[in-house]
Order: sequence, then structure tokens, then C-alpha cells
Amino acid sequence: MLRYVVRRLLWAVVLLALVSALTFAIFYLLPSADPAQLRAGRDASPATIATIRHQLGLDRPVPAQYWTYLKALVLHGDLGYSWFSQASVGSLIVDRLPATISLALGALVVWMGLAIPVGVISAARRRSWIDRLTMGGSLLLVSAPVYWLGLVALYLFASDIGRFPLLPGADSYVPLTQDPAKWFTSLIMPWLVLAATFAAVYARLLRGQLIEALSEDYVLTARAKGLSERRIVLRHGLRAAITPLVTLAGLDVGILLGGAVLTETVFEIPGIGSLNYEAIRDGNYPVIQGTVLVAAAFVIVANLVVDVAYRRLDPRVREP
Amino acid sequence: MNAAPDATAVLLEVRDLRVAFETGDGLVRAVDGISFGVRPGRTLGIVGESGSGKSVAALTVLGLTRGVRTRISGSVRFAGEELLGAPPERLRALRGDALALVFQDPLSALHPLLRVGAQIAETVRAHRDVSRAAARARALELLELVAMPQPRERLDAFPHELSGGMRQRAMIAMALANEPQLLIADEPTTALDVTVQAQILALLARLRDELGMAMVLITHDLGVVAQTADDVAVMYAGQIVEQAPVGELLGAPQHPYTWGLLTSTPRLETPRDVPLTPIPGRPPSAVHPPPGCRFHPRCAFVREEHRRVEPPLEAVDGAGAHRVACLLGAEARARAWAALGAGATPEAARAAAGIEPVAAAEEAGRSPALHGRPEARSRSSCSHTDDAGLDAPRG
Amino acid sequence: MTALLTLEHVVKAYPLARGRRDRGETATVVAGAPWGRARATTRALDDVSLAVGEGEAVGLVGETGCGKSTLARVALGLESPTSGTIRYRDRDVTRARGPQRKALARERQLVFQDPAGSLNPRRTIGASVAEPFAIHGLLPDRRARRRRVEELLEQVGLDPRHHDRFPHELSGGQRQRVGIARAVALGPRLLVADEPVSALDVSIQAQILNLLEELRRELGLALLLISHDLAVVRHACERIVVMRDGRIVEQAGVDELFAAPREPYTRELLAAIPRLPLAAARGSASAAAEAQPSSSSSSST
Repeated sequence: MLRYVVRRLLWAVVLLALVSALTFAIFYLLPSADPAQLRAGRDASPATIATIRHQLGLDRPVPAQYWTYLKALVLHGDLGYSWFSQASVGSLIVDRLPATISLALGALVVWMGLAIPVGVISAARRRSWIDRLTMGGSLLLVSAPVYWLGLVALYLFASDIGRFPLLPGADSYVPLTQDPAKWFTSLIMPWLVLAATFAAVYARLLRGQLIEALSEDYVLTARAKGLSERRIVLRHGLRAAITPLVTLAGLDVGILLGGAVLTETVFEIPGIGSLNYEAIRDGNYPVIQGTVLVAAAFVIVANLVVDVAYRRLDPRVREP
Repeated sequence: MNAAPDATAVLLEVRDLRVAFETGDGLVRAVDGISFGVRPGRTLGIVGESGSGKSVAALTVLGLTRGVRTRISGSVRFAGEELLGAPPERLRALRGDALALVFQDPLSALHPLLRVGAQIAETVRAHRDVSRAAARARALELLELVAMPQPRERLDAFPHELSGGMRQRAMIAMALANEPQLLIADEPTTALDVTVQAQILALLARLRDELGMAMVLITHDLGVVAQTADDVAVMYAGQIVEQAPVGELLGAPQHPYTWGLLTSTPRLETPRDVPLTPIPGRPPSAVHPPPGCRFHPRCAFVREEHRRVEPPLEAVDGAGAHRVACLLGAEARARAWAALGAGATPEAARAAAGIEPVAAAEEAGRSPALHGRPEARSRSSCSHTDDAGLDAPRG
Repeated sequence: MTALLTLEHVVKAYPLARGRRDRGETATVVAGAPWGRARATTRALDDVSLAVGEGEAVGLVGETGCGKSTLARVALGLESPTSGTIRYRDRDVTRARGPQRKALARERQLVFQDPAGSLNPRRTIGASVAEPFAIHGLLPDRRARRRRVEELLEQVGLDPRHHDRFPHELSGGQRQRVGIARAVALGPRLLVADEPVSALDVSIQAQILNLLEELRRELGLALLLISHDLAVVRHACERIVVMRDGRIVEQAGVDELFAAPREPYTRELLAAIPRLPLAAARGSASAAAEAQPSSSSSSST
């Protein structure tokens, strides 16, 4: 097992290098706004733009730029500096990370907390009115775009602009350490909105998996042993059905940790997602590089965790 | 084998049990009026193939076939208590406790993600108020009882880590957890190698003797029945066609289906040069069973009236325990079997019994008796297998 | 009898995954690491030598994991042996490739255990049986091909009208007949049947066994019948090979093997088979005379 993990981590490094090279290539080779021009402003003279270009090192050949970047990253852990704020990319990311983590993990708790009971009840009461209601509702939620849901939620419940002011509106996020209560209330709507689609998908998935599990021979055996229906559904059925959900959740969280761009933007939460969005808008290459790299790292680690966890969940899977 | 028949009361008494399922294709009559009894310490072997209804009967005894689309009628009495209408809670209390079931394929019948010891222990705790530790200790005791090699290690093993024989031992251990009075084993050895099968059958026999359990053993193998059962019931198309103590059934089988089973399977006891006589055709649809005797489309000894009249299950000779559902007379049957037993073809046996061959059935595709051309015999016997009828559900 | 197919000292080894608990089964499968390291291997076939003559019926018996299915695959050229030689009509075909391999496919065919799994559910029966012709570029004329397929269906005892039906419309026994029809379509000399009746109801098994016997006689086929059921093999074959853990334990003519088995393992297998009381066995008078000296009517294990 240890060998396996080590092997995967080595591959992770290779992957990250590939990701950074790819990101570099995309932004330099594909036409987009000239960052030097953006930085210089609208009325800058060509000379100013050229100076800025030289300062940013943009007049050097692309591979050379990449090499400089790589050296700094590997040798000094230096992700470079934002072209707009002089802050180091690393510090920017570290500042914004807690918000994203709060959002992603909180959403995870909410969506699993909703999906599992709903999935179990729907499967156990197949074709009942509850089942039809939940599955119909989930279909609705799956179709709703998250930014639309977010805007609707703000429109209805935000304390500043909402019809029924219940919860703090956009841009009210504060770090946990600063004010736990405000932190919590400011995240309730974002959590629910972000979790909505996932909860719908996971509930449907769990329902399907559980129905299948409950039709297996081992459930017949459990009934023949005289176990209570509750125990059969939860310990025998759910245990078998939940494995794909856990692995999927791991992957989804990995992706969310790279920044839930739409949610963060709608609710103006200062997370990695919105940082990434701003950087793209501004052509702030070092920051883009940094956020993409961080997102990729999260996904890779999530993949690894999920693969290892899978084996613990399903002992039939071979030793990797 | 066993001691003289026990004079104590019948433990499981099934009377005119009928189980039918409403499906999109029609009403599937899986079990259509069967009656049998099992006494403590005795083993009843139920022999049948797919579509005979044997597995459905077993599951129904335990109340596991109840459903919105299921119609069950008749009577199932266990230790005097009627089970068919009993509340679910009562049945749940009996299942895994006084009544236990062992299934055919232990790999799919055991939960793949739970440890074997845990699965056994939960059976104990479902019916007895004991601590986890006590249940675990009992699980170990049970593994030792079923002669599981290295029982202590196997307690924490997962099913896929065990061999087929070990898994079946684990299933038996699980079934015996609460010292059942009746054990129903549905094809317990079919998925196993022959040497392992012998061990498992011996184990079941030993346990039955040690614990004084009654047992119902469901199988398609008459050899297994010969070895382990005291009484036998042969099922076909949801009905019992022959029923007798095992010695009598094998010594003087009465029903043409039983003869078919005996003559169509290769047996070590039969000389090599005696050809196999297949039973032509295939098991009938459970939705539209043939009129009259359900076996008649495949029977070499069919007479005109067999197509109209359903034979009742009656004693062969007055008071005997040997019953058969066949309209042929006892004498005709005796002569037919004598001929078949000596290796004759069904046509010859039919002639020996003095039965006239009947003209082919008018029904589309229903297989009549075998035609007379010996060299094309097996082929022609098979070519009339097509019919538009629906396949019976398994079990 | 001239040898049709010969296996000489065939070994088939598979690498074992690291840390995998060996359940005592020899035919475990691969899980290799990208690094080429010497690792423990398990021998599914361990120095097996076997010959099947023209038109001969050989039975291969053994318990789970003995390697009989692996032997079938190797004999058919579906897998290459790790070492050893395979000869077909005295030509070395161990590493046959390309056109030679294709030509060999016409000579040796397989009947599978699972009639449902071996037929494509989306294809009609006719299409499945006709497929070998298409693969080998034979009978391009559609009508001629259809006629030939219908002939084959009749030969295996099926109504030619099944040509346009789908597998799920047929019973298990009928599907197995289709599999047999497909296997003999190209006129092979050797038919390998891997547990051809195990998945079928008891009353249907005899139909299929009789069919195989008839075809064997009509077409002069050699048959390699693999089964865990000694009674089936005794009935259908002239020579029996007993395998265990990848090795051949005993090989003998069928009468000899059952009358006087030499190896303890063979005796163990025979003793384990549940017996009927002699009165229920057919031809009981002669059966009594044939009764084995070592048989016991009730198991004592």
C-alpha cells in the first residue's frame, strides 16, 4: 500500500508539472488581451507599454519564461507575484483558501446530509408519493443552474435586498476566526445553493444503488435470518450502496476546493474561485497559474484519497 | 441412515399450498396445490427442476414471497401454528430462530462487504438478548461445529476470501445459530465440487442427528436425495407428482417424470452402454400449464384422457405412504418401469405396458410422445421443443 | 488412431499479484506492476501432456481450479502456453499467427458452458450461426448461407424457423443447440465442449449429450469434453483424463478408470459421488455385476 501511495505521489508531481506547462502554453499561445496593455491602462503610450512588458518579462521567449517560473516554484516555493497588486501569489491564495474550504466542506455536509436520508427513504418506499415527490424535486434542482439559484435565493432571503430578509446577503462573509456566528450565517445560503444540485444527483444515485442492493441475494438471506427491515436497509443495503457515493463525493469535493466560481461570484465570497475569475478578467497570469495549479493539486490528491478509500470500503477490490 | 419413523407430531405441515404471481404476462402459478409434512429428526427431499416451484414453496413457508402481487392460499402449519396469515413480526421472529434457510450460492447469499463472523453474530443478536462479545463467541462455536478449518481466522474473513465449501459452511453456521427446529436447504451443494458436496451433505446429516432437527432438502439430484433423505417429493410444474419414503420411491418409482429423471441422467451405477433417454420437450409455462396431466406433452405413456383429466395425488396401494399423480394403473406402471429399468426404450416399455400410442397433439408445437424411428430418436424428440408458450420463472 | 491434437509438456503460468492471498486455487489471474520484476507465478498448467485422436472422445475432469478450462483455451489456441508444444496433425502450432491461426480456427471449435452468455443478445440466431462463414469469407451468397444455416439448425434438432428469433426467445437447451450449430458450422475436426450441460436442467442435459454423440458419429468429430461431473464424462467419452492443481493425475480408458482407478485422488472423486440404490439404476442386473469394488453407498466423510 505504501509503495502504491508513493508511486501515485510521484506521478502527481509529473502531472502538476504538465498542468503548469499546459496552462502556460494556453495563455501565451492563444490570443487574448495583452497583459502589459491591461496593466498600463487605456491611455498609456507605446513606450510605457513596452517598459511594462519588459518589467513583466513578457518580451522574453516563452520557454525561458516558463523555465524561470518553474525554477522559482520548485526551488523557493515561489509562485510569483500578482501583476496588479504586488502581493505574492502564494499569499493571495493562502488568504483566500479558508473561504473556499469553508464553502466546499460545508456544502459537502449539507448535500450528503440531504441526499442520504432522501435516497434511503425513496428507495425503501419505492413508487410511493414520497418517492415521486423527491425524485421529481431532484429533477428540478438538477436542471437549475447554480447561479440562478443563488440569485433567486438572494432576491428572496438576503437581508439587504431580499423580499423576506432572513439571512446575510452577498459580500457578508467573514472568516471563522473573526466572528463564528456571522461566518456561519453568511454561508447558509451559499451552502444550500451549492449543495442543491449535488444533493439532487446523489439522492437519485443512492436511490438507484440501494434499490439494486435490496434486490440482491444477500438481502434475501438477511430477511431469512429474521433481521428487522430497518437493519436490513441500513446495514446491509446502505452499506453496499454507499460506496460509489463516497468515491464520487471525494472527487467532487476535490474539484470544489479548486474554487466554486459561480457560487463565490454570486455571493461575493473571497475564495479561490473568485480569485481565479478576477485574475482571468485582468489577465493576471501569475495568479491564474497559481490558482490552476492549486486546483489541480486538490483534484489529484482527492483522486488518490478516493482510490485508497475505495479499497477500504470494498474489500473485494485487489490490493493496488 | 435413520432410526425408525418418529411417532411424534408433524413439525411442518403444508396443505394445498398455492402461490401465484401477477405479472405482465399473466398469472404465474408457481406452486399449485402441494401438501407435505416433515417430522422432527427426518429429512424430506424435494426434487424438481427449474419451474417446478420448489424454491418458491420453500420461500413461502418462511413468508418471503409475500407481496402486493402475490396470491397465496392453503395452509402452512409449523408446530401447530398457522404461518400463512401470521403477522410479519411473528414470521420475523421465527425466521433465523426456529426456522432457518440455507441458499444455493453462498457467494451471492452472503453479504460481500461484511465479515463472516459479524454476519453470524447478527443472527444471534436478532433473536437473543446477548452482548456483542457473547454473540461473537457463539459465532466461533458455530464455525467449529460446522468444521470450518481455522475457525478463529475465518471469523474476520470476508466471503470472497473463502473457498466455496467454506462459504457454504459459514451459511450453515449462520442458519444453525439459534438451533432451529427446521432447516430448509435449497440446492445447498449444487455450486460445489463433488468432494466438497459429499462433505457438506455428511455435515448436514450429522447435524441433523446431533440436533434432532427436521430438514427439507431441495435438489435436482436424485443421488443426493438417495443419500440424505428419508422421504421424497417429486415436483413438476408446481405440483407434487410423486411422494414416498426414499427407498420405495427409488425402488419402485411410479411416475413417468420420475422415470424420466432416473433414465436421463448418466449414473455410475448404470452400465455405459445403456443409452440416455432424454425427457423430450421442456418444462411447461406456469401461466398456461397444459390441460389435464401437466406432464402429458412430454410423456411417452400418454393416453387420450390424460389430456383432459387432472390426476389426483393418490396412494399407490391402499394405505401406503407412496402416492403418485398418474392416471395409468399401478400394473401398467409396474410393467413399464420394469422394461425401462432393464434398459428398454420408452416405446418398448410402452408396448410392454400395453399402452397404445396416441395420435400427435393438435396444439401448436406441444410435443407428443416420441416417434418410432430409433436412429432419429433423440433428434426428433428434440425438434418439437418450440412453442410460443412462456418460459416458467425459475424455481 | 492418428493423433489429431497433441499437447506436450505444456506449462501455463500466470504472475501472482503481490500480497494476494492464495486460496489454494491455481488459476489465479494477473495484476502486474509496470516494473518488470521477478514475481511469484502460479501454474495453471504444470507439465501437461495429452493427445486427442481423430474422432476420439476424451473427457477431462477435475474440481475447481484444476486447470481444465485453461487447458481448453490452450488447446484451442486462445492462449499461448508459457512453455511446451502444441501439435495439430503433427505440425507445431504453438505460436501460430495470422492466416495459419485462422485456418486452425476452422479445425477446432468451442462449445461454451453458458448458452445465454455466449450468444449476442442483439443478434438473431441465424446471424450468430452464420457469423463463422462471414469471418472466414465463405458462402458470400446470402441465400446459400441462409440455407446452410437452416440445415445446421435442423441438424441440431431445432426448427429452422428459429433463424430469425433472438436468444432470449429460446430456452436454455435450445440456446445450447444454437451454440453447437455455430461450433460445427465450419466443419471442424475437433470440438471442445467446456461444461456444455452444467447450466441446463437435468432433463435437458440428456438431449444435449445425445446430440453431441450423434454429431460426433455423423461428422467424425473428435471431442474433448470438460466437466466436473464424472458420470457425464463416463457416459460420453472413451478416455478420461483426471486433473488436479494443473497436473494430470491419471489418464485411462473409461472402463478401466472406473473399474480400477489407480490414483487415490481418482478414488476420492469416485467415492464422493452420491449413489442411487442399485434397484433404481437401469439395467440393474448387469449393473450389479459391474459394481465397483471400492464403492460405498453412503458417504462416510
